[in-house]
Amino acid sequence: MDNTDQLLKYTIPQLLRWRVGVSPKKTALKEKEFGIWNSYTWAEYYDYVRKTALGLQELGMAESETIGIISDNIPEVLFSAIGAHCLGAISAGIYQTSMPDEISQIINYLKITFVFCDNQEQVDKLIEIRDQVPNVKKVIFEDPRGMRDYMSDDWFVAIEDVYKLGQESHEQDPELFESLVDKGQPDDVCHLCLTSGTTGLPKGTMLTHKNYINMGVQITQVDHLESTDEYVSFLPFAWIGEQMNSFGVAMATGITLNFPESVETSMADLKEIGPHFMFGAPRIYETIRSEIWLKIDQSYWLNKLLYNYFIKVGEKAANYRMQGESMPFGLRIKAWLGKQLIFRPLINQIGFLRLRRAYTGGAALGPELFTFYQAIGVNLKQIYGQTEIVGIAYMHRDGDVRSDTVGKPLPGTECKISDEGEILSKSDSVTPGYFELPEKTEELLEGGWLHSGDAGYIDDNGHLVVIDRVSDVMHNKKDEMFSPMFLENKLKFSPYIKEAVIYGNKEDFVGCLINVDPIVVGKWAEDRGVSYTTYMDLSSKPEIADLIMEQIIDVNERAEKEHFKIKRFALLYKLLDVDDGELTKTGKIRRKFVQEKYQNLYEGLYNKDTDNMEVEALYKYQDGQSTTVKTSIKFYTMKGV
Amino acid sequence: MEHLIVSDVTLSFGGLKALSQVNMEIEPGLITSIIGPNGAGKTSMLNCVSGFYHPTKGDIFYKEKKLTHASPHQISNMGIARAFQNLELFSGLSVLDNLLLARHQNLNYNFFQALLFFGKASRVESENRAYVEGVIDFMELEPYRKSLVGNLSYGVQKKVEVARALTLAPELLLLDEPMAGMNIEEKEDIVRFVMDIQKERGVTVVLVEHDLGVVMDISDRIYVLDFGEVIGSGTPQEVSENPKVIEAYIGEE
Repeated sequence: MDNTDQLLKYTIPQLLRWRVGVSPKKTALKEKEFGIWNSYTWAEYYDYVRKTALGLQELGMAESETIGIISDNIPEVLFSAIGAHCLGAISAGIYQTSMPDEISQIINYLKITFVFCDNQEQVDKLIEIRDQVPNVKKVIFEDPRGMRDYMSDDWFVAIEDVYKLGQESHEQDPELFESLVDKGQPDDVCHLCLTSGTTGLPKGTMLTHKNYINMGVQITQVDHLESTDEYVSFLPFAWIGEQMNSFGVAMATGITLNFPESVETSMADLKEIGPHFMFGAPRIYETIRSEIWLKIDQSYWLNKLLYNYFIKVGEKAANYRMQGESMPFGLRIKAWLGKQLIFRPLINQIGFLRLRRAYTGGAALGPELFTFYQAIGVNLKQIYGQTEIVGIAYMHRDGDVRSDTVGKPLPGTECKISDEGEILSKSDSVTPGYFELPEKTEELLEGGWLHSGDAGYIDDNGHLVVIDRVSDVMHNKKDEMFSPMFLENKLKFSPYIKEAVIYGNKEDFVGCLINVDPIVVGKWAEDRGVSYTTYMDLSSKPEIADLIMEQIIDVNERAEKEHFKIKRFALLYKLLDVDDGELTKTGKIRRKFVQEKYQNLYEGLYNKDTDNMEVEALYKYQDGQSTTVKTSIKFYTMKGV
Repeated sequence: MEHLIVSDVTLSFGGLKALSQVNMEIEPGLITSIIGPNGAGKTSMLNCVSGFYHPTKGDIFYKEKKLTHASPHQISNMGIARAFQNLELFSGLSVLDNLLLARHQNLNYNFFQALLFFGKASRVESENRAYVEGVIDFMELEPYRKSLVGNLSYGVQKKVEVARALTLAPELLLLDEPMAGMNIEEKEDIVRFVMDIQKERGVTVVLVEHDLGVVMDISDRIYVLDFGEVIGSGTPQEVSENPKVIEAYIGEE
């Protein structure tokens, strides 16, 4: 490993320059285009950053101005972000799925003066809000497709033209760029990262060069990465989970970042690359597991037989492995056989064969999922952290994976539990605060500790256990505490359950609304000759209700405490969706909003005499039209709870 | 100079006149739409231009060359490509193979070069692949590159059908109801593609379409057919004010 203290003295552009010195010809970035992986070496990467930086300067970007980035993941995102950093300017990511009025709010809040868009879709949003964002000087776009009518307007600049300007500027004054890069200080703010906004408007977290690089350095102290390792960049760039890899880990270790051809192809592209580590929200791992189950289910008898036998062996072996204990000889032989016969080919199918570590974060993952992935030979580990501490502050160590914890702090991270049970942390990666929100900053960093807002405790093994958001923890009428998220994750381990919303705050019992998984349940229904038309129809079938009831019985049997048991449930007629505001962009339930939207169902759940209710479902289409459909929804009571 | 001229074309099947004395002038670089009620002769018109039918009377000229009696492959060599209303794809082949196959006219290497995959053969194949990849990117078909066409949804298959026509690098593209059977979102996509095909690739487009909203929106010129006769033509504005057209569509008051 390189001398890590030395790395912490650099800004991101300075570290990039250092990488060029160390390995100029090594591949830094790869992008799939026209069906071919094209690579950029570190030297080329630096060239593009230089061209972009000087080009932006020619266009009038000055120190501490901000460039907003609304784009799918492409190398140009990094060129323009790091290019801005070279000028002492700041980058800020905006989710590609944001609506125009959301974008204008964010632009005005973060004082964004330049915007980088990948294509016409995003540019069109800016045109819509043009008179609301008078401070935006230029909009830079990457893909010229469909831009023909905008070319005459000098508000828009093609990235190619930015490069040209930058190149000309460099030829005139070859010393200029290096002197700009030298000026940067590691404690300068370089990026504004939006918090997920589970409650209210997102806040812009200020992050410094040192915050990112420290995180990249510290994580590799725990899990070593080779500079030849590959990473597939498929998380939204606006999310801290992507920046911590592209700014932090990649710069600190010299790994290669791979950019998929399009969002739709990212899983297929992942298979082609075969990454050595990956990072994702629980949803991704849940989806992949469902796909595996579906594939096995559709496979021929021998495969099924082998899988069903060896998955049990694998789970047993996984339990030993996760605790770092050595397993009995017989089990070791069987586990080895299972790996060779079924699991290696299986994970090769999803592109995980070279994967040394998979991290999950952003939300809790069901314990069964850990065992499942460990059993098939994927080293899945939990990480925990907030945007305000560059994503990762705690993680599992190899051979010490406990599914109910989030592991131990990274080196250089201190952890404390406050008297109220809140998790507090301190490290070099902690943000200097929120952008122009001094009061919120003070709350966040009170007493020099980062206040996570999560309730938790440290267990006997020194692992941190996260219970839930301090504000989300619920109490029933007897004032017994329970975490809705914890119960939801248990339900979601069933392949048939896509999403669950737990209720029961200040009520007698726990109730829930359930989204069945359209693909898995759809196949289940087809196999049994249960015909259905839409998702709404599928959810209202009594056979499906019976199926879900079995799943809940199973969950109730394994409930740790009596008051965790689910008493009443209903199957929701539509999937919870980001576009309808029911989920955050990172896929978390917006509890308050969902409760208000489905208030009538909530009342039905807690009125034991209600078996059936007529509801009107409102559907909004992407083009703004909407229709209402009448349907009836049934409530089911579990026996013996 | 007019690109495509249809002069006094009559097409009869026995006693039935599918087209009678149709005259059209398709100008280069524009989107020209042919509309009309069912059985008006729209598809017959496209069949005459693409060489599937030969007019009983009259002539068709393309760039001052007569193609009245040319065969479909000769016409496609002249730079006229067509996307069919009913999909004409190989459902057992992948999207990529379907598109590569459409470039077979450009495969001009000999048997021995093909056998060794050497020199010209490998060069021509990679040129073709590069061209096809350009079309895949243009039509946003990346997720389906290796999927069998038969397994894709109807909307995607329609996109593949248009892509297959584009793969021929046409100067004139005949689209036969590219939006039929699609939902709103898919339609919006195709409209965007058609406009991009015209403006960014500089292809002349002849569009046969039932969706009047779309036609009025994107066409530069419109011809209205009814019972095999042209009953109106001009800009969308002119056509929508033409009493004969109103009568054919809504009936007499």
